[in-house]
Amino acid sequence: MSRIKNAFTKGKAFISFLTGGDPDIATTERLIRVMEENGADLIEIGIPFSDPIAEGPVIQAADERALKGGCTTDDLFEMVRRLRRSTQIPLVFMTYYNPVFSYGNEKFLKNCQEAGIDGVIIPDLPFEESDEIRDTCHQYGIDLINMIAPTSEERIARIAASAEGFLYCVSSLGVTGMREQITTDVASMIEKVRKISNIPCAIGFGISGSQQAKEMGAVSDGVIVGSAIVKLIAEHGTDSDAAVADFVKQMKEAANP
Amino acid sequence: MEQKKGRFGQFGGQYVPETLMPVLKEVEEAYEAAQKDPAFQAELNRLYSEYAGRPSRLYYAEKMTRDLGGAKIYLKREDLNHTGSHKINNVLGQVLLAKRMGKTRVIAETGAGQHGVATATAAALMGLECEIFMGKLDTDRQALNVYRMELLGAKVHAVTSGTQVLKDAVNEAMREWAGRMDDTLYVLGSVMGPHPFPTIVRDFQKIIGREIRKQLLEKEGKLPDAVIACVGGGSNAMGSFYEFIEDKEVRLIGCEAAGEGADTPRNAATIANGRLGVFHGMKSLFCQNQYGQIDEVYSISAGLDYPGIGPEHAMLHDTGRAQYVPVTDVEAVEAFEYLSRTEGIIPAVESAHAVAYARKLAPQMRPEQIIVITVSGRGDKDVAAIARYRGVEIYE
Repeated sequence: MSRIKNAFTKGKAFISFLTGGDPDIATTERLIRVMEENGADLIEIGIPFSDPIAEGPVIQAADERALKGGCTTDDLFEMVRRLRRSTQIPLVFMTYYNPVFSYGNEKFLKNCQEAGIDGVIIPDLPFEESDEIRDTCHQYGIDLINMIAPTSEERIARIAASAEGFLYCVSSLGVTGMREQITTDVASMIEKVRKISNIPCAIGFGISGSQQAKEMGAVSDGVIVGSAIVKLIAEHGTDSDAAVADFVKQMKEAANP
Repeated sequence: MEQKKGRFGQFGGQYVPETLMPVLKEVEEAYEAAQKDPAFQAELNRLYSEYAGRPSRLYYAEKMTRDLGGAKIYLKREDLNHTGSHKINNVLGQVLLAKRMGKTRVIAETGAGQHGVATATAAALMGLECEIFMGKLDTDRQALNVYRMELLGAKVHAVTSGTQVLKDAVNEAMREWAGRMDDTLYVLGSVMGPHPFPTIVRDFQKIIGREIRKQLLEKEGKLPDAVIACVGGGSNAMGSFYEFIEDKEVRLIGCEAAGEGADTPRNAATIANGRLGVFHGMKSLFCQNQYGQIDEVYSISAGLDYPGIGPEHAMLHDTGRAQYVPVTDVEAVEAFEYLSRTEGIIPAVESAHAVAYARKLAPQMRPEQIIVITVSGRGDKDVAAIARYRGVEIYE
């Protein structure tokens, strides 16, 4: 029913993340189009938060830049409304629970639906606490994306059973950010999911290069890349189009050898 | 007072990334087992008595009582504990728990450095590795405490993310724990964070109120009319209040840091200015903007300089069982000087917030009534800062 399904129909999905409003809204809006044109299948837009506890230094810095630039949740709703006039690419908001809760869960999700957001990822809203928002998500047709981590073990079955859209498989302990190696046995995490559900599984945290994209793509339905892209944006600022285009193209190809 | 596990009314909960959920469960189970284990309790009581110097004194402040001309005033002397504050009560419990869980390393956040020093102390005592996260601005302001922690064998990380103060130190400690939990326990310093921490820290601090009750019954044969304590996250206040929650005739008063005034932009008065939110793993009240971005807060006291409040306090406020009042920098500094001159006791500037409110309240009460003020820590750490506040340029 949601556009998110479409992301997993063209081989292994490439899911790209960027922080909304970093360095400004116009750049974010343009880069989303650039990513789509170069092979991204789904785009995660981070709503910047003052205290992003699941992020490493690269995305922390992006959140700070975006907030310093004055980016607000309403600005990002506006941006998504504009984008939706000309694109059907699945769009997901990634943010922390307080920006959602403080905005009002109902008002936030209603705006998501009206603007054309397909799902939300809230890393500090674990499965046990997600009851307070899940029904409202459904009411407005927004997928609440569940996450599993290397520590989840016997929790995987329960989390997978209620998963919708796709399942976000966290590849490593710790926070987001580029890693030389992913040492977790992600394949066996996904095997546990497969016993319960056919939900598409995408792997994120730490993926920054072609080799990792290839390896992670081989054992899952898609790869998620955040920090590596945000780092390019940090380096090139409003001039990031070419660098991001090359990178996205290369990663989509790497995930689909 | 708890309904569902980890909930205090609508407050509390476990709002952390999935990666941390299993270790929170592990801590909860280990803590419940420890609570039921007489050997754990005996060891903790031995440490409280032999190492920390408990029970702390309940001291009748006769000169202050006479000077204020109202209620009789007692001071609960947590400042006399080893390491100079109530923080030792909690860390002895948690570090002992860490050891019992087979952890070999503890991490902690600290603002002014009191909790960091206490954690480093307990880790040294029990032979655990210790790493402390402290905002870069705080490491500059409290250089002496940084050295003290290092002296105790801890590694201190100056946190340069965000606003470089206490809340950022908590963020960084949580990030660190999410990356390494097999051998590591995060020793949270206040009645905050995700379940089970608000309960664990309160349980280890409730000895304050339990002693107050026993000591006052011995001295006066009755319960206090009011218990007053300062509130940042709220651990010494929760510890002071908990024993009296069912005794409705005992007024419970938390004093929060109003900085330059609760109606100015520079304050840390969460009850006065905060609203419902979710941060640092808990649903509670937080100082935040309309989009839910957490505010930078301010107080002369680094220990009260926190944009939130523990969930159990939020509930006590909601139900009206406890009352929370704002106290400004000016009032706290005057109380700091007042208690020093009147009783010869230099309180922590945090505790001075409680003293300040008692100075207002006591004259309105009758001589047969009793106020207990929790002096949560000693003020040696604050002397240089207060001197500078008064225009005397001395540095530690």
